[in-house]
Amino acid sequence: MASVNQLIGVSIAYVVFLFAVAFFAERAAASGRRGWLGSPLVYTLSLSIYCTAWTFYGAVGYAARSGMEFVTIYLGPSLVMIGWWWVLRKLVRIGRAQRATSVADLISARYGKSNTLAIVVTIMSVIGVTPYIALQLQSVTLSLSIFAGPDDAGGFSQPGGAFWIAVGLAVFTVLFGTRNLNANERHDGVVIAIAVEAVVKLVALMAVGIFVVWGIAGGIGPMMERINTSPIGEWNVDRSRWVALTALSAAAFLCLPRMFQVLVVENQDERHLQIASWAFPLYLLLMSLFVVPIAVVGLDLMPAGSNPDLFVLTVPLAEGRIGLATLSFLGGFSSATSMVIVATLALATMVSNHVVMPVWLNAQGNGASVSGDVRNVVIFARRTSILVIIGFGYLYYRFSGGGAALAAIGLISFVGVAQFLPAMLGGIFWRGATRTGALSGLIVGFVIWVYCSLLPSFGPDVVLSRELFEVGPWGVGLLRPEALFGIEGLDATVHAVVWSLTLNTFAFVVMSLMTFPGPLERLQGAQFVNVFDHSTQTRGWDAAFATSEDLMIMSQRILGPTEAQNLFRAEARKQGVRGHLPEPTQAFLQHLERELAASVGSATAHAMISQLVGGASVSVQDLMAVADESAQILEYSNQLEAKSAELSRTAGQLREANDKLTALSVQKDAFLSQISHELRTPMTSIRSFTEILRDTEGLGQVEKTKYASIIHGETIRLTRLLDALLDLSVLENGQVNLNVESGRLSEVLDKSIVTAQAGAMRPLTIKRRHLDEAIILTTDLDRLNQVFINLITNAQKYCAAQTPILTIEVHRNGENVSVVFADNGIPIPVQSRALIFEKFARIKDTEGDGAGLGLAICREIMTRLGGNIRYAPDLEGNAFVIDLPRSAAMAAQ
Amino acid sequence: MKPPSKPAIFLERSGYRQRRMMDALRVLPVLGVFLWMFPLFWPTGPAEHGIAEPVKMSSAVIYVFGVWVLLIAMSFGLRRILRATLEQEAAEVEEASGGEAR
Repeated sequence: MASVNQLIGVSIAYVVFLFAVAFFAERAAASGRRGWLGSPLVYTLSLSIYCTAWTFYGAVGYAARSGMEFVTIYLGPSLVMIGWWWVLRKLVRIGRAQRATSVADLISARYGKSNTLAIVVTIMSVIGVTPYIALQLQSVTLSLSIFAGPDDAGGFSQPGGAFWIAVGLAVFTVLFGTRNLNANERHDGVVIAIAVEAVVKLVALMAVGIFVVWGIAGGIGPMMERINTSPIGEWNVDRSRWVALTALSAAAFLCLPRMFQVLVVENQDERHLQIASWAFPLYLLLMSLFVVPIAVVGLDLMPAGSNPDLFVLTVPLAEGRIGLATLSFLGGFSSATSMVIVATLALATMVSNHVVMPVWLNAQGNGASVSGDVRNVVIFARRTSILVIIGFGYLYYRFSGGGAALAAIGLISFVGVAQFLPAMLGGIFWRGATRTGALSGLIVGFVIWVYCSLLPSFGPDVVLSRELFEVGPWGVGLLRPEALFGIEGLDATVHAVVWSLTLNTFAFVVMSLMTFPGPLERLQGAQFVNVFDHSTQTRGWDAAFATSEDLMIMSQRILGPTEAQNLFRAEARKQGVRGHLPEPTQAFLQHLERELAASVGSATAHAMISQLVGGASVSVQDLMAVADESAQILEYSNQLEAKSAELSRTAGQLREANDKLTALSVQKDAFLSQISHELRTPMTSIRSFTEILRDTEGLGQVEKTKYASIIHGETIRLTRLLDALLDLSVLENGQVNLNVESGRLSEVLDKSIVTAQAGAMRPLTIKRRHLDEAIILTTDLDRLNQVFINLITNAQKYCAAQTPILTIEVHRNGENVSVVFADNGIPIPVQSRALIFEKFARIKDTEGDGAGLGLAICREIMTRLGGNIRYAPDLEGNAFVIDLPRSAAMAAQ
Repeated sequence: MKPPSKPAIFLERSGYRQRRMMDALRVLPVLGVFLWMFPLFWPTGPAEHGIAEPVKMSSAVIYVFGVWVLLIAMSFGLRRILRATLEQEAAEVEEASGGEAR
C-alpha cells in the first residue's frame, strides 16, 4: 500500500511538472511561438475546469445515491455548448470587445461601468465560490486519508492535512497566476497547465472505468446486467430535480467566475468556441461515461457504509491496483488544483479590480497621478486576495465539518452564482435592462440564496435554529427557509433554485421597467446588445484637458513601461504624428481605456481616465448614436421638414407669381378692351366725319374746317397712342439708342414743365428749389425729359386736390441724385401699387385718356439709363422718386 | 457549351442550403432539451401507477448517452458543413480586433 508520504511526493513531482509546462508555455508565448498553445484543443481542454473534484469523486457518489440524476450536472453545460450560437457566441464577442476581465467586470461594464455593481457581484462570487473551494480541500483531504488507511491514521489528521493542502494550493496559485508582472488577464501558462490536468483527470477516470468494466465486470454485457440488478438498477429520478438541476448547471456554466475566465477571458479566437461546441460535450460525455459502472461496482464490492464519494479510489485499492489508484488520486488532485487555481485567480482579479483598486485609488486622493508603479499594487492585491479566498475556503471546510456530501456543497455553490444569470442575459439581450434593475435582482436573489440554501446547509442549530426551520422566523410560517410562502414538499435545492431565480428575475425586470438608465448605461447597453452590428462608435472623452504625457505616465504604471510605450508609439504612427506621443484623440482614449480595462477592469480604468480627462462627455451625438434607429428617423424627419418648408416656400412664391399673372392678365384684358375702345372711338368719329364730308352736299367752309379739325385731332390721338405702344415695345426689346449728352438738371426740368403744361386744362402749381437743381447730368436728356413730362402730366391728370400742387425736390444723398415728384392728390390704393409700373396698368375709378403705358415706359427708360423709378407713399399724396446713377452726376462736375 | 443560367441556380441552392443548415444549428439545443427532458415521461419507482414497469437503468444510460452522442455528432457535422461561413465570420472579428488584442 502506498504511503501518504509517497503520495505527497508524487503530488509534488506532479506539481513541479505542471509548473515546468506552464513555464515553458509562457516562454514560448512570450517569444511569439504560440503554435499549438493557441489551438482549439487547448481551449476545449481548459473548459474542463468545469469538472472539478466534485465530478471526479462526487459524480460516482452522486450516482450511487441517486442514480442517473448526477448526469444533469453535465447535460446543462452540454446544452449551452451545443447552443453556443445563441448565448456564448454573443458573450464571447462582447467579452472580447469590452476587454472584460471577469464576470463582475462584464456586468459592471454593461450597466454603465458601475463599481457598486462590480463590488456586489464580487462579494457574491466570493461567498458563492468559497464552499466550492472548501469542497476541493475536502476531496483532496479525503482521498489522502483513504491512502493513509487505518495503519498510519496517527500520521495523518484530516484538519491538519486540509490546512497544509490549502497552503500548498495557495502557494501554487500565487506562483502560477501572479508570477508575471504583466497584469494582463490572459494566463497562457495556467491555461496550458489546466489543459494538461484535463487530460490527466480524463485518462485517470477512464482508466478506472475501463478497469471496472472489463477488469471486474467482464465486459459491456455483464456490466449492463450488473447495473440492472444493482440498488440503482431502476430509473428513479425526481422529475423536478431532473429539470431544475439541468437548468441550474446550464446557468452555473455561464455564470461561474472560473468558467467565465476560461470561456471568455482566455478565449483567443472565436473559432475555438465553435470547435469546443461539439468537443466539450464530448469531453463531458467521456467524463460521465463510466460513472454509473464505477458506482455499481463500488456498491457491490465495498462494505456497506463506505463513502461512495471515494469509490474511484477505493475500488482499485480494494482490488490491489496501487498504480491505478495512484493515477486516480492524481486525477482527483488535478481536478481539485485546476479548479482552485482558476477559481481563485478569477476571484482575485475581481477583488483586486473592483474592491482593492477603487479603494486604493480613493485613498491616494489624487488618483491616477500618483507616483509609483500601480502594477505592484495590482499584483500585491491579487496575491493577498488569493490567500484570503483560499483561507475562506479552509475556514468553511472547518466550519461545515466537512461532513456534507460533495454533491450537496457543489449545488449550493451553483445556486449562488446562478443569481448572475438574469443580470447577465438581460444585459446582453435587453437594452431596457438598467443598473438599478440588475442591482435589485442580484440582491434579492442573493438574500434568498443565503436564507434558503447557504445557511440551511450547515444544518439545524448551527446558524439557523431548528425552531426557525420548523415554524419560521417570528413564528411566520410563510417564511420558513425551506418552505417559502408555505409551499412544502419541494426538494430543498429545487425550492432554492425556483424561488431565488424567479424572484431575482422578477425584481430585475420590474425595477428595470421602472427606472431610467443614465447616458453611459444606455450607451453601453446598446453596444452590448448590438455587438454584432460591428458598431465601433462609443462614447467620447472630452479630450481637451488630457495631455499625452499624463496619459503616458499613468499607462506606464498600469501596463508597464515597454507595453505602454509600444502602445503609444503605435498610435502615434497611426495618427501620423512624429515622435512617440500621439494626440489624445477620442479614439485613442477609448482604445487606451480598453487596454487599461484588460488590466484593472473597466470601472477602474474608466475612473482613472476620467480623473485625467475630467469626466466623460456623453454628447448629444453619442446619444443619437445610441438610439440608432430613432436618430435616423429623427434625421429623416428633419430632412422632410426642411424639404416641406422649402416646398411651401416655393408654393407661396408660385402663388404670388400666379396672383400677379392673373392680375396682369385681368389688366391686359381690360386694357385690350380699353385699347380697342380707345382705337374704336376715334376711328368711329373719323369715319363718320369723313362720310359726312364725302356725302353731304352743300357744307359750309366753317363746317368743313370744323369736321376736318376733329378728324385731325382724332388722328393725333391715335398716333400718340400708337407712338406710346411703339416706344414701349422698342424700349422693352432693348433696341434703343441712347443719345448721351450733358446738361443741367434745372434746364431739363424747365423744358419738361413747359412742355407738360402746354395746353393744360387745369392749372397746376409747381414748387421747386432751383438751388438744388444746379447739377450737371450726362445722360440721354431727351429720354429723361420724357420721364419728367410723364410724371408731371400724370400729376396734372390725376391729382384730385382742389388746388393741385406738385413739389419737385432734388436730393443728393451721397453719390446718388434723386428727383422726387410729390403731389397732394389721393394716394394710390395699396393693392394697386405693385402694378402701377406694369404695362397697361390703370387704376380703377380714375378717368383719363391714357392707355396705362406711361409709367411702364418711364420704368423702361430709367432702367436703360441705369437708374430707377419707384413709388414712395407720401402722407398727403403720391410721390415718385427717380434715382439717377452716380455716373450721370459725376461726369457733370 | 454551358447554359449560363446553371451556375446561378447552383449558387442559389447552396446559399439556401447553408441558411437552412444554420437554422438547424440554432434549433439543435431545442432538440437536445426535448430529448433529454423526455425521461420525465418515464414511470419512476416500482410503486407508481402499479402498471408500468420502471425503466431499466441500463436502458436509461443507453438513452441518455445515445442522445449525447447524437447531439455531438450533429453539432460536429453541422459545423463541418457550415465551416466556411462560420470561420469567415469569426475571422472578420479576429481581423478587426485581434490585431490590437495582443
